[in-house]
Amino acid sequence: MQPFDYFSPKTLPEAVEILSRHNGDARVVAGGTDLLLKMKGGRLAPKAIVNIKRLAELRGISETSNSKLQTPNYHLPITTIGALTTLEELRRSPIIRERYPSLCDAANTMASVQIRNLATVGGNMCNAAPSADLAPIFIALDASAVIAGPGGERRVPLEEFFVGPGKTVLESGELLASLEAPPPVGPSLYLKHSPRAHMDIAVVGVGLAAQLSGGVCESARIVLGAVAPVPLRVRRAEAELIGGPFSAERIDRAAKIAAEEAQPIDDVRGAVWYRRKMVEVLVRRGLTAIGGIEN
Amino acid sequence: MPKFHLSLTVNGEARELLIDPRRTLLDVLRDELDLRGAHRGCDSGDCGACTVLLDGKPITSCMILAADCDGSTVTTVEGITPAGGLHPVQKALVEKGGIQCGFCTPGMVMAAIGLLNENPNPTEHDVREGLAGNLCRCTGYKKIVEAVLSVEESKA
Repeated sequence: MQPFDYFSPKTLPEAVEILSRHNGDARVVAGGTDLLLKMKGGRLAPKAIVNIKRLAELRGISETSNSKLQTPNYHLPITTIGALTTLEELRRSPIIRERYPSLCDAANTMASVQIRNLATVGGNMCNAAPSADLAPIFIALDASAVIAGPGGERRVPLEEFFVGPGKTVLESGELLASLEAPPPVGPSLYLKHSPRAHMDIAVVGVGLAAQLSGGVCESARIVLGAVAPVPLRVRRAEAELIGGPFSAERIDRAAKIAAEEAQPIDDVRGAVWYRRKMVEVLVRRGLTAIGGIEN
Repeated sequence: MPKFHLSLTVNGEARELLIDPRRTLLDVLRDELDLRGAHRGCDSGDCGACTVLLDGKPITSCMILAADCDGSTVTTVEGITPAGGLHPVQKALVEKGGIQCGFCTPGMVMAAIGLLNENPNPTEHDVREGLAGNLCRCTGYKKIVEAVLSVEESKA
């Protein structure tokens, strides 16, 4: 590892000041499970490391009343998930289990308990791996990124947070403070295809959320992981479902369209044709489960 | 590169150290504190041989900077072994034949203790899930799982 200056700020403004001062040469460390691996491998050599684990305002999962009257279920609270929430805290949280069980499902598929006790929700987002398991499901749930920076706080729909592999909209001096999830509009699901049950990244990940009313699909979000440079919302597939009956035929068509919209690459984990096929299979399987439709 | 002043409680003892900020917790335990129970296997968070408890929770000590642990409590396999005896998990591993070459064993012990602290009555599925991050290259998993389940039985 190359030498670096180590900082452990106690307040958010102090952290922002240190990051701004280093103008992009500093890296934030939370869990460190992605960062340390890159630094040990020589793929990353930051001039400064900013440990943000002492920032109390980035911790915890809480509910606040919803002031956005235009959002569905506005009478229900918004859930704020601090960037420092570990994957293990996420999957064990009573709030998350009750309101967003699909997030628990996603966290359950990730790494080992040893890594889940270190790795954070914010790190999974900021590392911006195309295969990040939490990204597709958070986007399907319409979450927003709350970003702290020199100019104060700003919010970005998580869908727009990712720019490319390892790249996000975070500017120099900014850091991810939390994710905000609006009240769920209906059932949601995360499905992961991976050769192993644990300790492996997704060949394909699919985050799904739908609002169904009397068998009719009012809204649907289909988000794919590991098959594009960023977590990918497949809007043509969503449009196929919205406004019509949530039938096996429409689900089948949406699954096939999702496979067309995917932009996978060939790599050691899967070939392009295989990833497309798995997108179709998982989207069909997940939507079928969401609709409770008999095969 | 300036040294980092690290305060840790290791196996119940307060320790003050001046360290290179690049050192991982595993480096510090093994090389500064002479606690060699946590083993360096993959050094990338995959094998679990370096598992210790950080503030009571099992973690891979190779995947965290020691400086990030400032003010924390660390328990290594040395800290759970009573003088002249064995912890119930260690005893169970010996009795059930859950040790072969022994390289993975300290990590297995710490992961199992972490699991049993959270869940004193695990199912076989819980044990397999709790030990999913610990590789045994002798592939003696069946006996290891049986051993951890027998600890639970002996308590009941």
